[in-house]
Amino acid sequence: MVLLLSRVDRDFSWVGAGSVVIAAVSGCLPAFGVLLHGSVEQLRLPWSVPFGEFFIELDPLSAWFLMPTLVLSALSAIYGVGYLRAWQGRRSLGPSWFFYCLLVLGMMFVLLARNAVLFLMAWELMALASFFLVTFEHERESVRKAGWIYFVATHLGTAFLLVFFLLLGRETGSMDFTVWAEKGVRTHGPANVLFLLAVIGFGTKAGFMPLHVWLPEAHPAAPSHVSALMSGVMIKTGIYGLLRALTFLGVPPLWWGWGLIAIGLTSGGLGVLFALAQHDLKRLLAYSSVEHIGIITMGLGVGLLGVSTDSPVLVVLGFGGGLLHVVNHALFKGLLFLGVGAVLHGSGTREIDHLGGLLKRMPWTAAAFLIGAVAISGLPPLNGFVSEFLIFLGAFQGGVSTGGAVAVPLFMLVAGLALIGGLAVACFTKAFGIVFLGEPRSEHVAHAHEAEWTMRLPMLILAAGCILICLFAPVVVGSLKTVLESMTGLQPLVVDENLAAAISPLSFVVLGTALFLALLAALVLLRRHLLEHRRVETDVTWRCGYAQPTPRMQYTASSFAQPLTDLFGPLLGTRKIISPPRGLFPAEAALKTMTPDFSHEAVYRPVFGRVHEWLSQLQRLQHGKVQLYVLYIAVTLIALLVWELR
Amino acid sequence: MMTDLILVLVVLTNLKLLGSSRLGSSIRVVAAQGVMLGLLPILVHVHELSLHFAALAAGTVALKGVVFPWLLFRALREAEVTREVEPYVGYITSILIGLAALATSFWLGGRLPVSTGEPASLLVPSALFSIFVGLFLIVARKRAVNQVLGFLVMENGIYTFGVGVVAELPFLVELGVLLDAFVAVFVMGIAIYHINREFDHIEVNRLDQLKG
Amino acid sequence: MNAFSFIPLLLALVLSPLMLGVINRTKAFFAGRHGQPLLQTYFDLFKLLQKGVIYSRTTTWIFRAGPMIGLAAILTAALLMPLGKCPALLAFPADFLLFAGLLGLMRFFTVVAALDTGSSFEGMGASREVFFSALTEPALFIALATLVRETGRLSLSTMFGQASNAHWLHSGPVLGLVVLALVIVLLAENSRIPVDDPNTHLELTMIHEVMVLDHSGPDFAFILYTSALKLWLLGALALGVALPFSSGNPWLNLAMALGGMFGLAVAIGVIESVMARLRLRVVPQLLIGAGAVATVALILTLK
Repeated sequence: MVLLLSRVDRDFSWVGAGSVVIAAVSGCLPAFGVLLHGSVEQLRLPWSVPFGEFFIELDPLSAWFLMPTLVLSALSAIYGVGYLRAWQGRRSLGPSWFFYCLLVLGMMFVLLARNAVLFLMAWELMALASFFLVTFEHERESVRKAGWIYFVATHLGTAFLLVFFLLLGRETGSMDFTVWAEKGVRTHGPANVLFLLAVIGFGTKAGFMPLHVWLPEAHPAAPSHVSALMSGVMIKTGIYGLLRALTFLGVPPLWWGWGLIAIGLTSGGLGVLFALAQHDLKRLLAYSSVEHIGIITMGLGVGLLGVSTDSPVLVVLGFGGGLLHVVNHALFKGLLFLGVGAVLHGSGTREIDHLGGLLKRMPWTAAAFLIGAVAISGLPPLNGFVSEFLIFLGAFQGGVSTGGAVAVPLFMLVAGLALIGGLAVACFTKAFGIVFLGEPRSEHVAHAHEAEWTMRLPMLILAAGCILICLFAPVVVGSLKTVLESMTGLQPLVVDENLAAAISPLSFVVLGTALFLALLAALVLLRRHLLEHRRVETDVTWRCGYAQPTPRMQYTASSFAQPLTDLFGPLLGTRKIISPPRGLFPAEAALKTMTPDFSHEAVYRPVFGRVHEWLSQLQRLQHGKVQLYVLYIAVTLIALLVWELR
Repeated sequence: MMTDLILVLVVLTNLKLLGSSRLGSSIRVVAAQGVMLGLLPILVHVHELSLHFAALAAGTVALKGVVFPWLLFRALREAEVTREVEPYVGYITSILIGLAALATSFWLGGRLPVSTGEPASLLVPSALFSIFVGLFLIVARKRAVNQVLGFLVMENGIYTFGVGVVAELPFLVELGVLLDAFVAVFVMGIAIYHINREFDHIEVNRLDQLKG
Repeated sequence: MNAFSFIPLLLALVLSPLMLGVINRTKAFFAGRHGQPLLQTYFDLFKLLQKGVIYSRTTTWIFRAGPMIGLAAILTAALLMPLGKCPALLAFPADFLLFAGLLGLMRFFTVVAALDTGSSFEGMGASREVFFSALTEPALFIALATLVRETGRLSLSTMFGQASNAHWLHSGPVLGLVVLALVIVLLAENSRIPVDDPNTHLELTMIHEVMVLDHSGPDFAFILYTSALKLWLLGALALGVALPFSSGNPWLNLAMALGGMFGLAVAIGVIESVMARLRLRVVPQLLIGAGAVATVALILTLK
């Protein structure tokens, strides 16, 4: 795994990508072994950092997160080789690859670290590396701004984590994760505070709804293969952190489960609504990541409710669904970001309303994107359906018999997830339909071209993954066994028994899926047979009697989403700038819509404006006179001395 | 069973009121609600049916089902206003708020220390719900007619409460409340008529121009 | 699974086009016309299957795949839906999730195929389709949650098997509200009045019909058959709740369920005859109202 370090700093794409791939392959093997056997592998090295110890461990939970991280890192790296070729000659690609490898390394150590100091260092490494990756095109103003928003947001989150770790350290007198997991915090007061700190700290990275501001800024700014990595796996380190933190905090009170489900519903619902209102493809995907983080959080909430009420079936289905969705989202969101990268690469724009008809020019990308779109909408026969099935099943199972305090949040989850599913279909039929189908809406599409094979191959592998996870759903869910055992401390027998409750309906789902595919094949044959000796003509689309159609008359993304964005207008705050047609022979008319992020507009901007004002007062201290600086130092030293001798 | 049915219908009519955009249909819904509630005491006290329950039922049905709607329709016709409700809070938001209020009513209903002594545990929650909806209609709608309706719905809630909880005294209590409601509707009906004559509209939010 | 559980599937496959015939005859009766033959949908299907096709030059393979994926999805869904007391071929915990998922898949490809033509009218229909279905989805799921809570069973077949007339006596309001919500979902999902008018002549006001304007020949036959099956399956869903009575004899139960299905078709015909299509602006209120009704039922089961 440490192969990475030795070879990264070379100015050559293949070396960078190759080292990531090698690291991924060599990392995946032990991870797979750990998952299979439920064993734990440790490495402890002495370290001179105070309170720090170089202590890494690979347990099933880490392994479960590590696998998609490494796979997506490798695939995105291969993709990056082709994607960054456009910049070759214009810019040194060395730094980009260096930081890419650092990011992968940082993520790996976040997942493996078992010492708080090491964890925080890895966390920072990950944040800094991704910051430099986001600002790859730093000559653009918007990219720099996005980078700073990301930088500030992620450090605010880290501040909360620092407090979280310090408090835990004070409670237990150690910085060791294994000690924390054994001793834990058994008293309610501190546990509640720590839970909130962890939710805010890790939630900032994961993108829980009011804390998500950096996501829609940073993802569009980064190069596409980096967006795929950040959105597919980096934000999941927040989920991992939260799960790890929960193992320290003892038996959760009921309201934690309520809280996570509420967070999940807000993130999920608002995430998909904002995604629907976007017309920048990458922003759309970024908001959709917020949505899926919400769905994962709902699963965790169900699991927590199960732990609180001592109901193993909820634990297994909730955590299991959430964890599986982590992997699924890594696959299809990675796929979609790579697909958008290919669109951007080929056509030069990611404005949905300027695209159209790309399927004819980029058939491979389109097919892969279609699979990603169906999967992300949570529809059979693809993987998104499987994890959402588990979460739904958990909610229904729990709702059957429990009292109101558990059943109410579960049924709210059912209603909310159903709405989110419906809206996701709207969102991704829009994304796929407007971009790839119909007639080209602008010049951009005219010179669009299919991506080269280094870019196509990762997309196809990810698409295949989406299909395979559904077809082998029972096996995949079965492999969650060791993770659930080590994470929840349930007896293997209990886990087995309750996983069976998930696996047996899933095998029916697989049967249904297989029947669906068989029926589809039969229908294809039937149609071919029917049309064999018939007239098959082509003509223009039926224009309902209108003779002079132009591509500009097509429905656009904005008009497609308009009924829903209007209905949820109070939540979205979409602004419209309309100049309606006037007079008998109207010359021109225009409509512009934009949906600014409400939490950015209403909370962060005013708060940071105030902070900026306040801090600029401090600038008076800095005026460039060396003598005065010396004075500051002297005053500080004397003050410290006085403090010490007091 | 029958009381449950009636109470569920009352809940539904309340939701319908929240989502209704026409004044005319709102009036009809409130009338229907009144008639259903009029029948309620007979069903609740089916074993001890007496003249005074019958009288109460007949009185309520006549007043709420016939007299009030007639007065309100008359006010509507005389005022010749447009038939739209003109909400401050949109219909869909209103329905969602209504659902939240319903959940709250059930939660509160389970905790209020009142023993209905009846199997119909729906009585208290639906009474509370009617009161909430009435209040909401008064607050969140512009039209004076709608505020009268809100007032009536609230009165219906109190009435439901009375039927379930105050098993002994309903006649007197109800009579008092009914009288109040009658006077109120009468006064407001006249007021609407006169406001309209003076100012050519009956939007409550413009009444603030009257202050000195 | 026994031989008996093939029956709901077979009946759905054979009789679903007849539902449309019954609805049309009922409407004709109310309009004082003689109306088209009861078997008209079958004639249409056969006629379409024998025709050639015309494709728009704008379209791609998505447009050709859409009807097939839709039909395959609905056929798979038909395996999951019981008819009255007669269980479905496939029954497993939370099978209704797969049912809803397959309907979603069908919708996804109908919409995408419509967008493939690049026609603004079809885009408009697609937009409305996803709009309305996003609102019916919660109503459907809350209604299902209520049924799960009420019967304590997690599969459609066992749910309907478990439900009995005792449920109507004991918690009639709950079942009544669920049926109401499901019927609204049925009307909206199948593009019937008051949400959509299947017989309108103006493309601008249509939802489902406008999305399939460009399909022809066997493709359109697939679509027509898909809609008939969808109507039948959602009808069976509402019916299973509305008529949970068991006579003890499976054949009698089946006859009763069939009678119920065609009763439902007549009821839809009556609704379509006495109601006008709602303004588009008002439709969301109706659908959210269905969700609200289902929520009331759910709250009643939770108390």
